[in-house]
Amino acid sequence: MSEVMQPEIVVAMSGGVDSSTAAAILRAQGRRIVGLTMQLWNQRRLAGRYHVPDGVRGRCCSIDDVYDARRVAEHLNIPYYVVNFERQFEEKVVQPFVRDYLAGRTPIPCTLCNNWIKFDELLVMACQLGAEKLATGHYARIRYDAGTGRYQLLRAVDKSKDQSYFLFGLSQEQLGRAIFPLGEMTKERVREVARDHQVPVADKRESQEICFVPTGDYAQFIEAYVAEQGNGQLLRGGGAVVTKAGEVLGKHGGVHQYTVGQRKGLGIATGQPLYVVGVDAAAGQITVGEETDLYQQSCIAREVNWISIAPPEGPVRVEAKIRHKHVPAPAKVAPLDEGRARIVFDEPQRAITPGQAAVFYDGEKVIGGGWVETVPA
Amino acid sequence: MRRVYLDNNATTAIRPEVLEALTPYLAEEYGNASSIHSFGQRARAGVERARAEVAALVGAQPKEIVFTSGGTESDNLAIFGVVGAAKLDQGGTKHVITSAIEHHAVLNACQHVERTGVDVTYVPVGSDGIVDPEDVRREIRPETVLITVMHANNELGTLQPIEEIGKIAREADVYFHSDAVQTAGKLPLDVRKLGVDLLSISGHKLHGPKGVGALYVHRGVHLEPLFYGGHHQGDLRPGTENVAGIIGLGKAAELARREQAGEAVRIGGLRDRLEEEILATVPQTGVNGSRERRLPNTTNIYFEFIEGEALVIALDLKRVACSTGAACSSGAIEPSHVLTAIGKPPEIARASLRFSLGHLNVAGDVAYAVEVLPETVHRLRELSPLYRKPTTANV
Repeated sequence: MSEVMQPEIVVAMSGGVDSSTAAAILRAQGRRIVGLTMQLWNQRRLAGRYHVPDGVRGRCCSIDDVYDARRVAEHLNIPYYVVNFERQFEEKVVQPFVRDYLAGRTPIPCTLCNNWIKFDELLVMACQLGAEKLATGHYARIRYDAGTGRYQLLRAVDKSKDQSYFLFGLSQEQLGRAIFPLGEMTKERVREVARDHQVPVADKRESQEICFVPTGDYAQFIEAYVAEQGNGQLLRGGGAVVTKAGEVLGKHGGVHQYTVGQRKGLGIATGQPLYVVGVDAAAGQITVGEETDLYQQSCIAREVNWISIAPPEGPVRVEAKIRHKHVPAPAKVAPLDEGRARIVFDEPQRAITPGQAAVFYDGEKVIGGGWVETVPA
Repeated sequence: MRRVYLDNNATTAIRPEVLEALTPYLAEEYGNASSIHSFGQRARAGVERARAEVAALVGAQPKEIVFTSGGTESDNLAIFGVVGAAKLDQGGTKHVITSAIEHHAVLNACQHVERTGVDVTYVPVGSDGIVDPEDVRREIRPETVLITVMHANNELGTLQPIEEIGKIAREADVYFHSDAVQTAGKLPLDVRKLGVDLLSISGHKLHGPKGVGALYVHRGVHLEPLFYGGHHQGDLRPGTENVAGIIGLGKAAELARREQAGEAVRIGGLRDRLEEEILATVPQTGVNGSRERRLPNTTNIYFEFIEGEALVIALDLKRVACSTGAACSSGAIEPSHVLTAIGKPPEIARASLRFSLGHLNVAGDVAYAVEVLPETVHRLRELSPLYRKPTTANV
């Protein structure tokens, strides 16, 4: 690092093995890279309102993770900086997350972060620093299709790690500036490469939870956040738990504690296993039913983003995925007005949940996707 | 390869003369300054010479100088020392007056004493970044035990009316502390003229080592210590003296005293050229705080439509080191309390950079900085989210 650095690529470094290895790979290729770690959330902020048990590491933006990312950058001998996007993260990710739960939806903050923080705020900063591209540790692939002149988003080679579902919201411009060095690799291979490059975090444990809720207890986080904001009245507990027939079975602790398909935590003892089949925030009601009641054939998605194809005029055959762990199922997607689409599955699907994303695949390719808005009964 | 360091208010390089003076005390003259034997005596002699130099720098008697671990400890010792002694002396509520633009070493210490039941008044400043002495006078109450107002602000460089406040404090018979960490070595300091009872300085801000500082304690001022241990430094600051650090601070003080007048003019000239060039070549810029009453080495400039953090990084990649107004190392959330206190809106506070020069800076540094700044700012602005957002809608 003796010359003036004109970076080609900014690498988003979280301190985990994936983004660290992405950086190591690009460095080994001789690319001029700069590492940036985003400070997104202050874990101490809700201290006292929100209990984080001993042993649960702060997953996001903890001192430990920044320390790890810095160590990796030092090891790779690349310029490295911590940049603060806490203000933007709260506005674009945390607040919508809380709002969605309070409205009876089950959101995906990782996708919002990709759309509005990583591939927006951070990408802009990368360009401001003179870089052409932003690399991340995502498991997904990008291919430029000369025939259509479009960047296509493809599933990762490692199917068990594929994160293309979380990237459906990216525009052509954003995809054109993204690099996913791990898209062709298995997780095992990533760890091998990390060890080969003696990356300090090669054997670091992986995080499974949403970064700003390290305990995984979303309800508790939401309660702590709205209390901090002085909006405790938004938590409307005590509403009714009803059957589809309208029979009141009991009371619940607030619609934000429930998600469609949930079985545990209903606090109602009946002979049959009961599932949440609907969350009606306006009425403050949770509807419960049997497992068969969870199956629906169609839904409406909003803010649909077409990636690998131009926006279609009429219906398209796809395989649609309605949550991260869902096995894509054959469906027909018909564009509607105002960026919406109707998704009709060939077979009913279990627990289609408002707030989750419906992502459309054609084999390896992500054709597009949108946010599940309503699920007609 | 030129590397330009324009962040001398954060820290400075140890001067070769300082390094040369202190090195023997790390390996050869390693005695404990409290020991009876000749090893100890030589260390003691070095420490006392350094004490005399530091005293001379601020116009004090050597026995009025207490060595500490740095500016933060000096500030804490002054504040907790006065408040603690006053509490022991007699009961009842105590009151402290400070300003809204203090360094966090003072601000957070005041906030802590507040949590222990002490009243604290934070006197505001005008848009020039300068405290009005009359605002201080107005806040004095019978239970006021301490006034603490910094000499020069670390972000803006603005100089506070310490002499006037000193007179007010003396009339009211209230102890007066000033954090002069940023002034020492840059402008003359005379504790008698200033009318302060306590004054903090720090070694590494005047080309001395990190981890050493001093507190001037006027004869007769009673302080409670922060630490308890051996009988070092009149029981006020126990612990084996950091001999090499103290020697370094002494040497830095000696050099500063000898060269300060000339350096203020030279560095002031460089700063003025840097500031004028930036204002002339980069549109939509301006200086935060008073341009008249400030340190000769500091300028704080806002660049509209810029995120200061991004500009600091972009400049660092071009080998120019400066800082944002906000000082928190892990990336600050809140805009600088100083810029907020002088009435800057958050977007201007976040768009502000501090350039602070020092002994090692030469004309070529300024020339290089003003060469790279316009293009760097231009590129940042062109891609500023405040102008344009990439859209996630389909294209």
